[in-house]
Amino acid sequence: MWDWEFAFYVMPDILKAIRVTIAATLAGFALALAVGLALALLRRSAFKPLSLATIGFIEFVRSTPLLIQLFFIFYALPLSTGISFSAFQAGTIGLGFHYGTYLSEVYRSGIDAIPRGQWEAATALNFSRLRTWTKIILPQAIPPTVPVMGNYLIAMFKETPLLSAITLVEMLQTAKIIGSDCYRYLEPFTLVGIFFLLLSYPASVLVKRLEFQLKQQ
Amino acid sequence: MLELLPALLRGLGITVQLTVLAAVLGFALAFISGLGSLSKSSIIRFVTGVYVEIFRGTSLLVQLFWMFYALPLFGIRLPGMVVGVLALGMNFGAYGSEVVRSSIIAVPRGQIEAAIALNMSPGQRLWRIILPQAWLTMIPPLGNLLIELLKGTALVSLITLADLAFQGFSLRETTGRTTEIYSLLLMIYFVLAFFITAGMRWLERRAAMGRS
Amino acid sequence: MGMPSKVEIETETDSMTDEPIVRYRKVAKNFGELQVLKKVDLDIAPGEKIAVIGPSGSGKTTLARLLMTLERPSSGTIEIDGELLWHEKVNGKLVPAGEKHLQHHRGKIGMVFQQFNLFPHMTVLRNVAEAPIQVLGLSQKEAQKRAKQMLAKVGLADKLDAFPSQLSGGQQQRVAIARALVMRPKVMLFDEVTSALDPELVGEVLTVIKEIAAEGEMTMLLVTHEMDFAREVADRIIFIDDGKIVEQGTPKALFKHPRNPRTRSFLSRFRNNNWKDS
Ligand SMILES: Nc1ncnc2c1ncn2[C@@H]1O[C@H](COP(=O)(O)OP(=O)(O)O)[C@@H](O)[C@H]1O
Ligand SMILES: [Mg+2]
Repeated sequence: MWDWEFAFYVMPDILKAIRVTIAATLAGFALALAVGLALALLRRSAFKPLSLATIGFIEFVRSTPLLIQLFFIFYALPLSTGISFSAFQAGTIGLGFHYGTYLSEVYRSGIDAIPRGQWEAATALNFSRLRTWTKIILPQAIPPTVPVMGNYLIAMFKETPLLSAITLVEMLQTAKIIGSDCYRYLEPFTLVGIFFLLLSYPASVLVKRLEFQLKQQ
Repeated sequence: MLELLPALLRGLGITVQLTVLAAVLGFALAFISGLGSLSKSSIIRFVTGVYVEIFRGTSLLVQLFWMFYALPLFGIRLPGMVVGVLALGMNFGAYGSEVVRSSIIAVPRGQIEAAIALNMSPGQRLWRIILPQAWLTMIPPLGNLLIELLKGTALVSLITLADLAFQGFSLRETTGRTTEIYSLLLMIYFVLAFFITAGMRWLERRAAMGRS
Repeated sequence: MGMPSKVEIETETDSMTDEPIVRYRKVAKNFGELQVLKKVDLDIAPGEKIAVIGPSGSGKTTLARLLMTLERPSSGTIEIDGELLWHEKVNGKLVPAGEKHLQHHRGKIGMVFQQFNLFPHMTVLRNVAEAPIQVLGLSQKEAQKRAKQMLAKVGLADKLDAFPSQLSGGQQQRVAIARALVMRPKVMLFDEVTSALDPELVGEVLTVIKEIAAEGEMTMLLVTHEMDFAREVADRIIFIDDGKIVEQGTPKALFKHPRNPRTRSFLSRFRNNNWKDS
């Protein structure tokens, strides 16, 4: 049933494609970190319509499928705006915004956990708003959220196969191409599953350990 | 734009059906494996651990493809709908397992001791005392998972199931009205998610009745 | 097994001719390295009211929890009604008791906890009626009837449909007492049942317990820091320190003429109370 020879034959191609998967994950996560922070800050805006619009945007993006969002970015945006993206760019944007909405909640919980006294101290020291955020609030708000962020990084990594639907040749797409060429899907898909497991399981153990260490402090 | 709606909504039945069936399977698996992970038997803990880590550690789309394309090699050729329900349900169950586990652990030790002092059997303690209390803690995170499940159903369009997303793609091929169709699709999913959220809120209120 | 040695003090107190209903024999309990109870012997006669006093951490709660089967003794035996609680005979050999055996004997014991431990998802009535239905197999109607009687007894007949979160601490603890009593145990354990209460709510709970004690039949083990209360309800006071019964006797004997210096030093902390005047 399981053909080792075939498995070893296809392994190099799939391993090569891991690079695309990881690149997409890292690029998407970098964007998500920025988008998440921006959304968290916009949400706090004293200008009610802006804050409400941000909440609406977050809710909408969070509760609709990433797959459709990717299609929208890849196929619809170029038609309506004239800007077109490569599959990798579209994938990065899709992942970045989708997970940015999750991360905005993470930032928010971190910021909300800062005691009032810290804000008051910053005011007392006559810090500017920018200085207050960059020197006092964020340096305290972000470190405790690192494990949760880590979990989202892992979750995002496992969603990168969706980018195959917008023609990005990452791991799953590579496996699918091989499979349809050779009429054998078992080995390629199983290998992809194993590679995901091999990367994500240790990562999640690491995050758990980090979480535990943070709790100890 | 709205004239596209009837054609799109042809996929609604499949999407709803998938969500409901996978949710039922997932809830059952979440409970079984959540309880299993707290079992005294190390074999049961190991088996549930393997199930949970495999389904959480690989990717949903990989699982769908594997069941759809690779499983037939073992002589198991399942209809798309069954593959969809299995993959989504088992995935949901693996994530739900942790929710069930942690909410059971969160029930204060004193509650169990009070039940023991009243001479309740282990089964009565679980069903009458622990689970009703854990249930309240479980509802919000399970609601979030249910939204993830709904979103995940869109992936079955990639294994040729004619759900909402699939109808959208084929409608786009015939009409070419890309932006409108994708926008409509997103809005339909948003409305579905809203119903789930509202439903879970209602459940939570009901479960919390009387308690503060 | 050797002849069970008679606990000295028993001869001092009056007419304890019955077989003991509870018998601790060389009971020890370790938590890891820490030995919390050190070969404790204790006989409790049917209907006897025993108050357990002693410094915090001395092992009082553990003593009660072992009898409630919430904690397994590390060595020694506990008998209830003449039968071993934590051991059962299988093929003539004593082995650690299984859940079945424990369930069989647990019904004779009831416990009220320091933190009430009421079920937050049930109304007051259901809190009290649940175990009679589930465990005793009473009909819903019969169980509710019993529960209502018991709740009336603790003065909460008007709170049947309330949830625990809607009650004061004193009311919650009275529900907990009713919940334990409704099972009609032979032995009731009270573990510092007023320690978690605001001072003004202590009285109502102690009054209820005194009333039950006054009925006479119930065997009671009361862990408490309320010295007045202990003197009033107990037939015997047991002073525990560092996992050992250091001294025991009638309230009069123990409070008025403590012999052991550790008892004296412990009691001196309560000197400002008026128990010594009586
Ligand atoms: N589950 C446990 N694990 C470890 N130590 C415990 C546990 N329960 C009680 N102890 C320890 O045993 C000692 C006696 O506890 P306890 O019986 O509760 O004392 P008391 O009720 O007299 O205050 C204390 O030092 C306590 O810290
Ligand atoms: Mg105690």
